[in-house]
Amino acid sequence: MADQSPPRPAAGKAGAKPLPPHLAAYQGVWVFLEMERGQVHSVSWELLGEGRKLADALSVPLASIVMGPPDGSVPAAAQESFAYGADAAYTVTDPLLAEYRTDPFTKALTDSVNAHKPEILLLGATTLGRDLAGSVATTLATGLTADCTGLAIDPDTRSMAATRPTFGGSLLCTIHTLHYRPQMATVRPRVMSMPERQDGRPAGPVTEVGLDMAEDDIVTKVLSFIPDSDQDKAQLAYADIVVSGGRGMGSPENFELVKELAAVLGAEYGGSRPLVQMGWIGADRQIGQTGRTIRPKLYIACGVAGAIQHRVGVEGADMILAINSDPNAPIFEFAHYGIVGDVLQIVPALTRAFRARLAVNRQAV
Amino acid sequence: MHIVVCIKQVPDSAQIRVHPVTNTIMRQGVPTIINPYDLFALEEALRVKDRFGGRVTVLTMGPAMAEQALRKALAYGADRAVLLTDRFFAGSDTLATSYAVASAIATIGKDDPVDVVFCGKQTIDGDTAQVGPGVARRLGLNQLTYVAAIDELDLEARRIVVQRRAEGGVQVLQTRLPCLITMLEGTNEIRFASMDDMFRAARAEVEVWNAEKAGIADKTRCGLKGSPTVVKKVFAPTPRAEKAQMIDVSGKTPEQIAEAAIDTLFAANPALADDLYRVSAGY
Repeated sequence: MADQSPPRPAAGKAGAKPLPPHLAAYQGVWVFLEMERGQVHSVSWELLGEGRKLADALSVPLASIVMGPPDGSVPAAAQESFAYGADAAYTVTDPLLAEYRTDPFTKALTDSVNAHKPEILLLGATTLGRDLAGSVATTLATGLTADCTGLAIDPDTRSMAATRPTFGGSLLCTIHTLHYRPQMATVRPRVMSMPERQDGRPAGPVTEVGLDMAEDDIVTKVLSFIPDSDQDKAQLAYADIVVSGGRGMGSPENFELVKELAAVLGAEYGGSRPLVQMGWIGADRQIGQTGRTIRPKLYIACGVAGAIQHRVGVEGADMILAINSDPNAPIFEFAHYGIVGDVLQIVPALTRAFRARLAVNRQAV
Repeated sequence: MHIVVCIKQVPDSAQIRVHPVTNTIMRQGVPTIINPYDLFALEEALRVKDRFGGRVTVLTMGPAMAEQALRKALAYGADRAVLLTDRFFAGSDTLATSYAVASAIATIGKDDPVDVVFCGKQTIDGDTAQVGPGVARRLGLNQLTYVAAIDELDLEARRIVVQRRAEGGVQVLQTRLPCLITMLEGTNEIRFASMDDMFRAARAEVEVWNAEKAGIADKTRCGLKGSPTVVKKVFAPTPRAEKAQMIDVSGKTPEQIAEAAIDTLFAANPALADDLYRVSAGY
């Protein structure tokens, strides 16, 4: 059988077809470094960690691409990217890129891609990343897969296999972009683990691309920026301990029990998507695929059924304790510890028990 | 003032079940709804119309049954409804969808130029948030995503000022019409549709457009053919090797269960106890 198959390149595995020349010209993995007022968003480092694996699987270089104003932040970010695994960096430095706007960022990124032709381009699925990725993919007329939870290289086709939840989070699907380049994907913050920063990793070449645009070409103006006050911000994504509630809590009044447990533990609280849709909690407290992805040391889920879209948002937790009255709830398939019982009784009992223990220990200290 | 609102009919995701044996979606009997995020877009469009006058055209792409979603939108107060439906659209990814939708909006705008296109921030079935930016790009509309509020709208000057939710804060953006806005959730509440409104909507005309009627020049850019992304595999996640270790609850009071649970957690990870003391003490 194998003898009858058409000749194929030595490097290819069985079934591999060489890419047509116009696609083969695209090489290397790029990660877009998102800047938040001079600081690189941590999702960009997470993506460099993931991009490193893809680049190694393909035996191609990993590069970062950074855009911003000429205030020193761009070269600093480019250098920092070498410590997180980049082999090279591309930069676009222009006063027009001082604050995020769709048009100049779209032009800067599409021009960079057209000039240097990466085969894979990864962005964080933040408000900025999603605004930019959708615009760039349309301009380049290529495939874009949103909110991926897994990225890998298919050894047969050398294409990126991007896995994401689908059908409202009840199944997973794997998506390829076979005949278009670059292959684009976004990943939400905290979905991928943070790579170790490697001091002394050698710096690579930095290539400035440049932006051929004038302020008059840009219709949209930023009049002001109102930063969130810290107390408004739910720090869910980075909390060590998180307590959440689901529909099983029964009512917004009962949801207070979740908040009380969280308060005793010094934890952040959140909830499943239905609670946001019912208006019990704000969208910034939604835990799951379409809300926040969390990676705490301890996660306590009270009356949460455990749909896949919730699961993918919490699977990075070191320890999951689930309380649910339904012994067949899907949450028990991925929780580490389970209690079958009435949340309205168990959750307050947990609050009392934790309070007593923590008080005892505090006296001992 | 002519506003187009893009909506999508989606299965009510809360009620989707996966077949335990075949791992396929059980669509039968799952009720469909207007994508909840789109209702914020529709309400905002209706409020703009209330203030400035004009017309709201509601547009969807989907199978014939998506007409129900359009009728609902008409009941809320939309003036005109267009259903984009054609077998050529089957299997569209976000790039192909934005091509078809943008073509239809361009056709709608031929007789009645469009000032603002409203979309929801994303759908609850695809969750990509990509079609809005795609449509904006194709039509050359100024793109305003994750809009929390419209601060100012000056039709004379063709100027709009909005608050856009960004990372770590709110951007106040000024741009010119025509523009495309994707509305953030929780920004407003969809109005009540009375019985009369619903009867009126039931009798209203829903225009059904195929690819040709929508002004689509190149059908190879639609549907599966026009979609760069290919779904290779759909699967249920593999269950964890071990199921949750269940805390014994039989014959126990909630207090005893809570104590047993905490003992189990601390035994499994002694460092957790220290972490808890540290975190709860605020240092």
